[in-house]
Amino acid sequence: MTPWRTLARTVLARPAAAPVPPVDRETASSLAGRLEAGAQTPLGRSLAVLHIDAGSCGGCEVELRSLRRAVYDLERFGVCFVASPRHADVLLATGPVTRNLVEALELAHAAMPDPKLVVALGDCAVDGGVFKGSYAIAGGVGTTLPVDLLISGCPPAPERILAGLRALLEANARSRPGISSR
Amino acid sequence: MSRYCSDDRWVMTAVDATYWQQATRAIAAGDATLLSLWGEPGRIHMAVFDNAIVVISLDCPNGLYPSVGASHPPAIRLERAARDLFGLDPVGLPDARPWLDHGANPTAYPFLPVEGESLHQIPVGPVHAGVIEPGHFRFTADGETVVRLEQRLGYVHKGIDRLMHGATVARAARLAGRTSGDSTVAYALAFVSAVEMALGIAPPPRAVWLRGVMAELERVANHLGDFGAICNDAAFTIMLAHCGMLREGVLRCAAECFGHRLMMDCVVPGGVAADLAGDAPIRTLIDAIRARFPALVDLYDKTASLQDRTVGTGRVSAELARQFAAGGIVGRASGRDFDARRSIPYPPYDQLHFEVPVLHEGDVNARVWIRIKEIEQSLSMLEQMLNALPTGDIRVACEPHRSAEGVAMTEAFRGDVLVWLRIDEAGHIDRCHMRDASWFQWPLLEAAIEGNIVADFPLCNKSFNCSYSGHDL
Ligand code: SF4
Repeated sequence: MTPWRTLARTVLARPAAAPVPPVDRETASSLAGRLEAGAQTPLGRSLAVLHIDAGSCGGCEVELRSLRRAVYDLERFGVCFVASPRHADVLLATGPVTRNLVEALELAHAAMPDPKLVVALGDCAVDGGVFKGSYAIAGGVGTTLPVDLLISGCPPAPERILAGLRALLEANARSRPGISSR
Repeated sequence: MSRYCSDDRWVMTAVDATYWQQATRAIAAGDATLLSLWGEPGRIHMAVFDNAIVVISLDCPNGLYPSVGASHPPAIRLERAARDLFGLDPVGLPDARPWLDHGANPTAYPFLPVEGESLHQIPVGPVHAGVIEPGHFRFTADGETVVRLEQRLGYVHKGIDRLMHGATVARAARLAGRTSGDSTVAYALAFVSAVEMALGIAPPPRAVWLRGVMAELERVANHLGDFGAICNDAAFTIMLAHCGMLREGVLRCAAECFGHRLMMDCVVPGGVAADLAGDAPIRTLIDAIRARFPALVDLYDKTASLQDRTVGTGRVSAELARQFAAGGIVGRASGRDFDARRSIPYPPYDQLHFEVPVLHEGDVNARVWIRIKEIEQSLSMLEQMLNALPTGDIRVACEPHRSAEGVAMTEAFRGDVLVWLRIDEAGHIDRCHMRDASWFQWPLLEAAIEGNIVADFPLCNKSFNCSYSGHDL
């Protein structure tokens, strides 16, 4: 087969992105409540996410990468990954927070402009997971930063991560009605 | 030298300092291959490949032992790590800096001095721009050309050695499967094989073959991901999109067949956790990949702008690959004909027909082609296994109640994983050492980038795709 045919087929094919169920109301409401209680200024209808591996086994990254590929196509919801803390609204951290990364995690968070949110992704980020009790870890993202959303799983499946991030998006928009109605 | 455990593939012996030094000389001369070096309180161990795997152990009551790294550089990082973790001092080690232990002030690490006119340095990491693991790269560049790369690793050190100490075999297997998450099957397999060898337990034939099926699914998924990601780093994103869809197919198939997308905790001591209900999803998957993959390979091969980036970039010499005993893709793309599945055959591979692709160019392109060829081999192996899958039980009891030692090696997608362990009288893990292929690949990345432009680093790095977590433990 000639290469241009592969290219042409790609252009003409229907998108591979899978349809998704509506956002989980309950999670969105509780998140919206949190955002309001924290007097967070809403960020609008899209979120720029900075991923930080704070000691993960690499498994959570496998699924985060799946999320960015064609089938889940995270960007269609307005959630995109950015390269620098300066561009980020959300810090999404994986791993049990190793002692060797505490400082880097704190510095990255401090470098983000306000308002900012923190997501702890995966059992390790929730409470240290399978590495709980080790001398080498702080034990979950909450030990180091104020966490807004926990997404459990080892690793959480892409659908689950997607549901969490969409709830965050929804809650964020809802806490400023003028924006969500647009 | 007293031999206390052996079969035809493994030998484990306690030695004295004289023998230790003899072994070091043999390794440095290239007569034997260093597979790993690790410690425990008061004792240092070294695994050597010399037709069989030989594990030699040296007591060091005063905490000192003759350095292997002094005459064989691939041992340097391992010795620095063993000193950080167990306080064992290698006498004569040329690099006295800590490695995994970043201490109270992580930014105070003394990088190697660089001197020269018009040189500048670029520090990168541990917070990176993409969804990758953390490490620090210190580039010294002359204009656009990299004259030296120095890595600093250890950021994701989680204390796995210590967590293993005293763990039940079941918990230890879960930990082993989370040493490097993308290779969870290969790690769990190496771990349980070492346990089973130590205890003389034979898992049922069906379990052995199902483990093989899982291991090859894992390899296909990772190779597909790497193929797409390497092309993406050469700004050819369409390959990432296509490979991403094929890869998603593999993960979904794994979830359908074994209950977990990455197959975590599916390989367990004594067998496998869940039986394969029917092989239809895997056969469909094989057909789907065979139908779509060749066109992608063709596209890779015929796109001049892509070839322009990968051919001749990031070369690793055959001599370095040999000296460092670089496993996996990195070694086989630089002429090192070693694959644990064939070189130290373990079931079910001893009953399968497959080729081990070896290339000699040692560049990014060669590492891409090794992956392409291995995907084809893995699909064929999967078919062979499905066609001859034994029936029967999938698990036998595995409850250790005596002390024993075991060692095993499996071939993960990025290279060989070595596991050595000792079980105590109570049946718990006393010590467990796991050595990722990345230990011997990371240093070669430093060599590969020399003389290349800074902008080609992501490409070189992705073509290696070393593990941080598997290395940092
Ligand atoms: S939650 Fe699981 S997959 Fe994620 S980093 Fe921890 S051990 Fe790995």
